[in-house]
Amino acid sequence: MTVIVRRIASSLVMLFAVSALSFAVLELAPGDFFAEMQADARVGSQTVQGLRAQYGLTQSPVVRYWQWLRSFVQGDLGFSLAQRAPVSSVIWARAGNTLLLTIPAMLVTWCLAVPLGVWIARYRNRWIDRVSSGLTSTLVAMPDLLVALLLLLLALRTGLFPTGGMHSPGADELGLWARLLDLGTHAFLPLLALIATTLPSVVRHVRASVIEAAEAPAVQAARGYGIARSRITSRYVLPLAANPLVSLAGLSIATLLSASLLIEVVMSWPGLGPLLVEALLAKDVHVVLSASMLASGLLVIGNLAADLTLYAIDPRIRV
Amino acid sequence: MRREGLIAGGLAGLHLLVLLAGFAAPYDPVEQTRTLPFAPPSRLHLIDADGAFHLRPFVYALAPDPDNFDSYIEDTAQRFPVQMMVAGSTYSLLPGVESRLHLFGVDAPARISLLGTDGFGRDVLSRLLHGGRISIGAGLLATLFALLVGIGFGTIAGFFGGRVDTAVMRLADLFMAVPWLYLLFAVRAALPLHLDTRATFLLLVAVLGIVGWARPARLIRGIVLSTRERTYVTAARGLGAQAPYLLRRHILPQTLGVVLTQAGLLVPQYILAEVTLSFLGLGVGEPTPSWGAMLGSLQQYSVLTSYWWMFTPAIALVVVALSYSALTSMVHERMRLAAS
Repeated sequence: MTVIVRRIASSLVMLFAVSALSFAVLELAPGDFFAEMQADARVGSQTVQGLRAQYGLTQSPVVRYWQWLRSFVQGDLGFSLAQRAPVSSVIWARAGNTLLLTIPAMLVTWCLAVPLGVWIARYRNRWIDRVSSGLTSTLVAMPDLLVALLLLLLALRTGLFPTGGMHSPGADELGLWARLLDLGTHAFLPLLALIATTLPSVVRHVRASVIEAAEAPAVQAARGYGIARSRITSRYVLPLAANPLVSLAGLSIATLLSASLLIEVVMSWPGLGPLLVEALLAKDVHVVLSASMLASGLLVIGNLAADLTLYAIDPRIRV
Repeated sequence: MRREGLIAGGLAGLHLLVLLAGFAAPYDPVEQTRTLPFAPPSRLHLIDADGAFHLRPFVYALAPDPDNFDSYIEDTAQRFPVQMMVAGSTYSLLPGVESRLHLFGVDAPARISLLGTDGFGRDVLSRLLHGGRISIGAGLLATLFALLVGIGFGTIAGFFGGRVDTAVMRLADLFMAVPWLYLLFAVRAALPLHLDTRATFLLLVAVLGIVGWARPARLIRGIVLSTRERTYVTAARGLGAQAPYLLRRHILPQTLGVVLTQAGLLVPQYILAEVTLSFLGLGVGEPTPSWGAMLGSLQQYSVLTSYWWMFTPAIALVVVALSYSALTSMVHERMRLAAS
């Protein structure tokens, strides 16, 4: 019990440190949102100073960090100067769109990776294993950017799937099922890209941990007793192999908000990725800050979830 | 051994080619030919329009096709043989050493673009080679930077232990707790958007280095921590050796393997990171070529679907990344075998 409490406490401290780091980095930035305005001769420095004061930018960084932190804890993410709207109204919708891609992609990836990894591990050092390991290592080295571009090219050439955006024009007037179908066809391409970029490394990890587990004495003994292979796999090998895989699954949760950023930009999916790039170019501090806080929060939560799951399922850790 | 040698040799050749980009490229990377936008790769001929055979390959001058939009016809009236070691545009081979010698080229008015031209009629091959200088250079320098910081912090943490160790390792945890792309974005957000190329390049290197120091630091700390307690180190300490000597003579050499594997992993990652940032318009910008900036033009659907040669920076990127990771895993395997 104390382990769990301590683990949660250290996660919270970590989140606090992340927020301080992000704020400090953005604070060190020369210029702010209004700096670009001063280039315009029609805008006097009085006006800019007035705007800065109005938005509270003239206060000391420590005061502003404290204010930001206090409102962040209360769920208020600040104000987006570029969008002229509260950050929360912008960011939650975008984060939702990102999750709409990443959660199905993660589920599909794991549902495919575990059987595939187990299957490949069975043919260790045979040609199936060789071919698949060559294939996966090539795909791992393949940049997300290229995979996304190639899939986009394929879609544009064949015209099989719509490219860009989430809906067809006029989709609001369709019925519920037609609208879902429309969303599905739009999501197909980015989903495919996301799965193609995450699947290979997960398959490799599953294969490696299954092979390692298969060499354990308990599994060897079970084989010696003549227990059926399917039963050995499900009852002996998988529980043993689960330990490193749970950590990896925690990491997949952790990257739910960051894995698809680039793919979203390339495929014009209205998720966090395009929003972040726009916010960066406009020096929209609060949007960048909130997005990176959300993503790091998820990372911390993912790791925490993995640790707690391990604690629950692996008696060795509890000792 | 032979495969490793082959890959290492190929990589070295690639780096040399990129280093001598000015010589290997036929044209200046920013020189525009507005009459030839998106010209396809030049075709090398051996047989001319009359059916006569020529031993030296030649090209024809291209002219826009008056009947078809966006296509070109070859003017077969005059042959332009490909020549080696020709004088062309001036470039600086090394700082202070200027040269006009190019590996190959053809006489004006014909142009030889083995990988076609981009939207401004700039030679893609020349841009690819010069862009490699920026992309690979940024990757190598950023790796060096990250490893130096990582070795420094890791050694301090592992060797001195105690509170210093805790502080450094918490800091490393912090840097690993933020997804790298977000961290990259956040640090990039802290920098002014419009800078000259040299400043952007150096800032990119610094940003990438800052983002990646934590993992090597952690690994090196582990090795230093365990090496510190080895008997030969305690013996040396007992004989009166001071910290700098111990580190230099006994402890740091042990970290070489980890440093090499980390370098092999970081270089392709960093090249890719530079490409990503420049692709998004946050890195090195026009007109200076970098692989990411070149790929950025593919964000337009018309370019993406029509001009396959605009993909060549991506191919170069994959070749470099794959070679690095293959070499790293081979060297790693070899060291593991040697250790056991």
